[in-house]
Amino acid sequence: MNRNMKLAARILGTYAVIYVAYLYLPVLFLPLFSFNDSIYISFPLRGWTLKWYQIMLANEALHRALMNSLKVGITTALISTVLGILGARAVTRYRLPGQKPVVGVIMLPLVVPEIILAMALLILILRLGGSLGLVSIAAGHILVCVPFAMVVLMSRFEGFDRSLEEASHDLGENAWWTFWRVTFPNVLPGIVASLLLTFTISFDEFIMAFFLGSTNPTLPVFMWNQLRFPKLLPGVLALGACILIASVFIVLLAEWFRRRNNSDAQTGDMIIG
Amino acid sequence: MADAFIEIASISKSFGNVTAVDNISLSIRKGEFFSLLGPSGCGKTTLLRILGGFESPSVGKIMIEGQDITHMPAHLRPTNMVFQNYAIFPHLNVEQNVAYGLRKQKLSREEQSEKVSAALAMVQLEGFDKRGADEMSGGQKQRVALARALIKRPKVLLLDEPLGALDKKLREEMQIELRMLQQQVGITFVFVTHDQEEALTLSDRVAVMNEGRILQQAPPRDIYERPSSREVADFIGKMNLLRGIVESIGEQVVVSSAELGSVSVNDNSQAVHPGDRVTLAVRPENLSLSDTPSTGGLPVTIAASAFWGHTTYYRINPEGVGTNTLDISQQDYRGSKNSGDQAWLCFNSSDFLLLKD
Repeated sequence: MNRNMKLAARILGTYAVIYVAYLYLPVLFLPLFSFNDSIYISFPLRGWTLKWYQIMLANEALHRALMNSLKVGITTALISTVLGILGARAVTRYRLPGQKPVVGVIMLPLVVPEIILAMALLILILRLGGSLGLVSIAAGHILVCVPFAMVVLMSRFEGFDRSLEEASHDLGENAWWTFWRVTFPNVLPGIVASLLLTFTISFDEFIMAFFLGSTNPTLPVFMWNQLRFPKLLPGVLALGACILIASVFIVLLAEWFRRRNNSDAQTGDMIIG
Repeated sequence: MADAFIEIASISKSFGNVTAVDNISLSIRKGEFFSLLGPSGCGKTTLLRILGGFESPSVGKIMIEGQDITHMPAHLRPTNMVFQNYAIFPHLNVEQNVAYGLRKQKLSREEQSEKVSAALAMVQLEGFDKRGADEMSGGQKQRVALARALIKRPKVLLLDEPLGALDKKLREEMQIELRMLQQQVGITFVFVTHDQEEALTLSDRVAVMNEGRILQQAPPRDIYERPSSREVADFIGKMNLLRGIVESIGEQVVVSSAELGSVSVNDNSQAVHPGDRVTLAVRPENLSLSDTPSTGGLPVTIAASAFWGHTTYYRINPEGVGTNTLDISQQDYRGSKNSGDQAWLCFNSSDFLLLKD
């Protein structure tokens, strides 16, 4: 290796370290300050405490907000993934008239600013005399999440050979059984990925939840409300730390599931067949 | 045909404005090994998929054992298919793949595993039950696909270029096995291939297809020895095709061609008339070379030679015809000729076929 290349390698290495630090260091401050015995976020740390966690656990409003977010998140994940399965199958298996424009319209929420969608939905719902709340938030989230579900599932559907479904028909199974015995087990990793992705998007979505929510907020809106009072900030940090650990856990779970599914994919048909 | 088992009547299939299958009628007998042979895009696979129920014909009718199955969905048909890429279910092991079509028979665990074992034994895959789909070679996948289809005891087995993805040695081995298997189970096979050698080796009868039509259907020997048209002659085996004009018709047909001058031909199955433009067809193995001028021998120049082991191919250029060449295959010619050498061409006029253009 000549001197120039060594220099380049060192610069790139430094850049990579700075990049990763910029990405994750601020996040790590969250749990750090959540144990700090002070309401002010500054060094030096005053001393260790678990009281913010106690305050957080005792906060009824926070529990309600968390439950709201879980309800909206799970509903959104299930509905947008089911819609995604139907859409992705249709798009990848059949040639439909006007297919490209239709897919384009479905994908549009990916590029339309969310605040526009949120305002449009707000006006629509109020005009139609609907009420705001968890249902309207979920409706907004589904609108945003279906394109993500479609993208994840379409790649999975395209990745698996169409002749597998034909082989199933050939061996005597109708469309329903073919779906359950061949299509579903083969796109299952995509379905799990879609569920996790859409849940995560819904769980930390703010703008829709803010515009379309009532006085009963989801977790991000609740946290934003808390941030306005410095006294409450450390409690929010504790909550943030918990969410951080939970999401790391979910990512590990998803990865474990993906690997298990790759190596030992035969068990599905034993259960169904 | 009285003993028709599969009756294909005036089937056409268009995709948009492309006609894939153009008014094809065929009768296939019970227990027959029938091949559809043609270049890619000739409509042979489309015809097979129509038989399997994966495409519906634009026009026409299909009967199996007198039952109209034209509009019957694939999962109810008495046919099974071996797909080109085998379509082995990747999430199932060998046993589950082979047993896939048995669900509706509601067999006990023992009955099912007995059937699977028998099917695997038939394709010589004993003991592979628990193998995963991705732990098998191409040849093994092919056997699993066969077992999975045959376990259903179909009236007709459809095979879509099943040997196409295998290497040459394995392919030749599988050809013999496939033929033996077919004779053993006695099921009617409809076999699609673009490999003419394969079609000739395996089949009871072959239908040669091009551009959605059937050019000729006959037993392999007839197709090889008496191709009905220039197209078939060109596609099946090596064939010298010479343009010529009919000079006179008597006991023999006299045809003049640039390469060979006037040739008297015995074949007049095509009912030609003097002045007709025709094609003279002769196989390379029916021509021979000699070092010495013999009666009727034509002086030629060797343009190229290629040693094939069991035979040697020569490309020769008759004198005075520009760059036109003929191919000769000769087994016992030891006079090692190099390009540029002189030789004499001998032939027997009874080996020539006469084809209308």
